[in-house]
Amino acid sequence: MGRVIGLVAYHVFKESVRDKVLYNLVFFAVLLISASYLIGQLTAGQDVKIIKDLGLAASSVFGLFIAVFIGVGLVWKEVDRRSVYNLLVKPLRRHEFIVGKFVGLALTLAVNIAVMAGALYAVLALMTWMDPGLAKVAIEAPVMDPQVLKAFALLYVQLLVVTSVALFFSTFSGPMLSAAFTFGLYVVGHFNTDLAHFENVVKSQAAAWLGKALYYILPNLAPFDVKAAVVHGQPVSAAYVVLTTSYGLLYAGAMVALAVLVFSRRDFK
Amino acid sequence: MTLALETETLTKDYAVGFWRPRPYRALDSLTLQVERNEVFGFLGPNGAGKTTTLKLLTELIYPTSGRISVLGKPPGHPDVRRRVGYLPEAPYFYDYLSAEELLTYFAGLFGLRGAERATRVSSLLDRVGIAGERRLPLRKFSKGMLQRVGLAQALINEPELVFLDEPMSGLDPLGRRDVRALILELRDRGCTVFFSSHILSDAEALCSRVAIVVGGQLVTSGRLSEILAFEVSGWELVMCDLQPAAVESLGSAARKVTRISEGRYTIEVGAEAEPERLVGELRARGGRFVSLNPVRTTLEDYFVRQVTARQAAPPAGRVMPEG
Repeated sequence: MGRVIGLVAYHVFKESVRDKVLYNLVFFAVLLISASYLIGQLTAGQDVKIIKDLGLAASSVFGLFIAVFIGVGLVWKEVDRRSVYNLLVKPLRRHEFIVGKFVGLALTLAVNIAVMAGALYAVLALMTWMDPGLAKVAIEAPVMDPQVLKAFALLYVQLLVVTSVALFFSTFSGPMLSAAFTFGLYVVGHFNTDLAHFENVVKSQAAAWLGKALYYILPNLAPFDVKAAVVHGQPVSAAYVVLTTSYGLLYAGAMVALAVLVFSRRDFK
Repeated sequence: MTLALETETLTKDYAVGFWRPRPYRALDSLTLQVERNEVFGFLGPNGAGKTTTLKLLTELIYPTSGRISVLGKPPGHPDVRRRVGYLPEAPYFYDYLSAEELLTYFAGLFGLRGAERATRVSSLLDRVGIAGERRLPLRKFSKGMLQRVGLAQALINEPELVFLDEPMSGLDPLGRRDVRALILELRDRGCTVFFSSHILSDAEALCSRVAIVVGGQLVTSGRLSEILAFEVSGWELVMCDLQPAAVESLGSAARKVTRISEGRYTIEVGAEAEPERLVGELRARGGRFVSLNPVRTTLEDYFVRQVTARQAAPPAGRVMPEG
């Protein structure tokens, strides 16, 4: 089972490499290096914070685009072009196909995030090397702060949740609708906490229950965003990272399971 | 009799319409038996239910009712998956892979590794005639070349039973000859070949048995020799030393008379004519008997007759009535 999933996953990764998806890393590096140069000219003492913020924000945006735009096509493209016919008659069960697709995109995202994190640290190291006085100015958090890795780790788990949502929609819907739904859920996911306290602002009990239900059903993505805390040197505990990661993996797992459920019953007309 | 494939009252309905979906019967109570090691032709006009049947047999779609047994097991059984091959109609593969990479990927799904996998891939690429293009991305392949890749991937596991959906489509005459040879080679190796087609000459050249479906229903199935053996549509008589007057005396008894050379004629008469009496009469007029052959119905004649008869019949209503 693992071997077959691995093969499917490897080919998702291979396709994204050959489709030049990883070229976004070059844009990322160029953006970061040129921004660090410009910001260095404009600000005094704040440049490390801004670079970290920019690096994390850019990683989040690039990662989101990859997760959504590749995610919504993962299954839909195979069904639409009928290449799935050749695969599913082979010793590859439908759930293995879905899980393989998810793992493949997770692998692509992992490479992306790892390279982007590496690039951010490289730019920070370069800045310190060019201006050794920088370390003294950065009082809230060290320039080469290992906490940034926690932000990248949580960003990655968040992208896994987004990927699983995109994959789920991809099993029964076209890419335009899937992308719209996934982006919609991404935005809603950042304001999810408000739904939990919906009862404080509405009188109707039914509306309050609906808010509560949606709070549990929709993904809660705000806890994955620790950019501000990390940039300003506020501690992000290991327990928080573990708990948030566990929630993310559980949610992604549930979405993949739903995708399997839909896909397993599907007729390929 | 060992069966490679068996279906029993296999039926498939699709839902038509968005707001008030109504079932559309794509396949209606198909009962078929395919023996092992035979080449079975599944024939029918466009929209007859051929591809639907093949998708049911490979579990790409699920039946509404009925039973399927492939190599003695349900079609989705992992053991069946390992032992069958399938070429979909107008196959499409991944643009980013080459033919060699695609076959290597698919071979991996069957657990083939290392040298065995490389040898299998290489020999199949040779066999279907695209060894020279093995490293070319599949997006640069023509329709005919993709069809050849499709055949190669269907045979990657050396299947016991192979389903081919319109295997000749998109192929030039040379390609069709190659595929015919390949199908016969598979049969000689002990493989059962089940193929759908609307090209009847291919079926006539390859199949031991055929089934004809029209409008989702089985019209007939059986050995080609049984279906066509007694379908004599007329007689072709060749006589020589015939005087023109003798030929003219045939009148309307002859359907067609063709002069081959001086005194030598081919005379075609209908099935209802008594050829022995005709030969006797012409011999009495000085003619000499050369040969007499029955004109048999071709599969095409038979097919056209069956299909037109079925289509002329009052519509059975493939969109099922409500209630």
